[in-house]
Amino acid sequence: MTDTASGPPTPPPAVETIGLTKRYGEKVAVDNLNLRIAKGEVFGLLGPNGAGKTTTILMLLGLSEPSAGEARVDGLDPTRDAIEVKRRVGYLPDSVGFYENMSARQNLEYTADLNRIARSVRTASISDTLAAVGLSDAADRMVGGYSRGMKQRLGVADALLKSPSIMMLDEPTVNIDPEGVNELLALVRSLADDRDVTVLLSSHLLHQVQAVCDRIGIFVAGRLVANGSIDELARALDDRIVIEVGVEGSGTELRSILASMPGITSVTSADDGNFLVAADADIRTELAAAIFAAGLQLQTLARRSAELDAIYGRYFDTAAAADEKSEAS
Amino acid sequence: MSRVQEAMGGGPRPSAASRGGWRIVARKEFADHLSSARFAILVLILGLSGLAAVNSASSEIREVAGEATGAPSIFLFLFTVAPDRIPSYFSLVGFIGPLLGIAFGFDAINSERSQGTLPRLVSQPIHRDDVITGKFVAGLGTISLAIVVLTSVVAGFGLFRIAVVPSSGDLVRLFSYVLLSIIYVGFWLALAIMLSVVVRRAATSVLAGMAAWLVLTLFSGLIFGAIAQAIRPAPDTTDTALETEELLANARLELALQRISPTELYNESSQMILNPQLRSTGIVLSNQLDRAIPDPLSVEQSLLLVWPQVTAIVAGTVVVFTIAFVSFMRQEVRA
Repeated sequence: MTDTASGPPTPPPAVETIGLTKRYGEKVAVDNLNLRIAKGEVFGLLGPNGAGKTTTILMLLGLSEPSAGEARVDGLDPTRDAIEVKRRVGYLPDSVGFYENMSARQNLEYTADLNRIARSVRTASISDTLAAVGLSDAADRMVGGYSRGMKQRLGVADALLKSPSIMMLDEPTVNIDPEGVNELLALVRSLADDRDVTVLLSSHLLHQVQAVCDRIGIFVAGRLVANGSIDELARALDDRIVIEVGVEGSGTELRSILASMPGITSVTSADDGNFLVAADADIRTELAAAIFAAGLQLQTLARRSAELDAIYGRYFDTAAAADEKSEAS
Repeated sequence: MSRVQEAMGGGPRPSAASRGGWRIVARKEFADHLSSARFAILVLILGLSGLAAVNSASSEIREVAGEATGAPSIFLFLFTVAPDRIPSYFSLVGFIGPLLGIAFGFDAINSERSQGTLPRLVSQPIHRDDVITGKFVAGLGTISLAIVVLTSVVAGFGLFRIAVVPSSGDLVRLFSYVLLSIIYVGFWLALAIMLSVVVRRAATSVLAGMAAWLVLTLFSGLIFGAIAQAIRPAPDTTDTALETEELLANARLELALQRISPTELYNESSQMILNPQLRSTGIVLSNQLDRAIPDPLSVEQSLLLVWPQVTAIVAGTVVVFTIAFVSFMRQEVRA
């Protein structure tokens, strides 16, 4: 916050929240959220349903007033400069809807008008965005006949139409078939890479977020419990690096190799005969070399900590436990 | 494109570009209304019953034309005369007009919610109040169009039947009447939009609107008569001066209660505007008319007489729309 006062004009972060809080009566939907998303970044807001992801996005758009704290989008306050913020942000709502008795093109024409896109360029930009999401062929069909996935893609086109500098996508991959998910995620990635659009993507599906996001925030019960790149998240939860290693045959020889390796803090055996090795550094190369030197057949060698599944699960477990506790009290 | 946007954001707040969002909303809604089935159906119903009303009125006028040579504003009788149990045109509008308002308002906001278009709509660079204002303006525009067209057609048909040239005063009265009808239906539109904000389901909202319509148009006489009777019972006889006073008090109370209903206000003021021979909207005793000269009122005097009624309808519309507006602004975007 101090860098805005003087000195060379550093661009403000695309999204910044300071102690952002939203309460509905007794319930705290978003609890003291501090978030910073740099320009051009793809940020994934990961959390279970009801964690406060949508509420956060609505506050960033000025559609819901914060109970406390503040938000900045492109350096603007969404509650005061709502119009300007909404001009810059393309928003794909959770379970997006369209006027069913109008065609996709007519729906987008309305959006274009609301964004004051000049009539002279309107047709061309609508055709471009429809092509970008692969809906050119269905452009003049009534949206009432669209599948969920097509509506979702039309929603992306709708958000893209205003040439936003920031996109906020609320659960964009829900209801889409796997192939559609991949296409959508590729589109999101290309927006960030080619058009320098900042993307804030909320999801409860880990693998999709992992595939496309530069950074991830894990959001549980209104609180941001972790925030960073996947590696950073892994380290934040657990400093040690866990490597899963397994060889053909019995593990006795492997166990002696592991015992002699430097940098290993603990070794535990997994159910399937493999070993989970906790180490100070990533020693996979050294480990592999030692195993080959001993003449063993290496079957498994994988770094466990880089997998978000475990982290995600662990964060959720703690949050769920805390939730149960608060509900019981 | 984004550079253009940044350049726009660089200066003072781009107020000019952010204003007038309601016009875009209204334009879309207006187009939707005009192409909707409900518009066609309602115009057909109102048009047919209006033609029937004016047709029977004109037959009546032709029959009594001989005696009525001295009467002023025969042309306007087309809208007020009601022989053969067919209601007059103005009471038809008073009765069916509310349906027009309800039809174009009852699902204004809740349909956006149920279709999932509301979050998308309010996340566009318009103010949130542009949505509800635009919808009200579009509804009012549709209603105005319907009433102006219908009244013109009906007036033209009546003119053809009775062949009386309307005076300029008659036209001013007719114009005022059309304006009054638009305001009156506008009240129902505001009520319906309020229901569409408060009630989440369109089906419930339309039922609530219909209930209000039935209570305020059909049953208001029954209900308010019973209330007046309970508070200020009317005597059985009017032999003494005291009993006459009581009867008058009962009648005054009932009229005052009736005036809660906008339909009553509308009926009173339409008659006053359309009939220059009416001199009061209240209770007139025969001794007050004694030796009064049956001189028609001028347009200004008639308008002056209905001013309180018109003000009350406008005030009701403003109150109802304000409730709709405020509750819409305070509602969460998410269901």
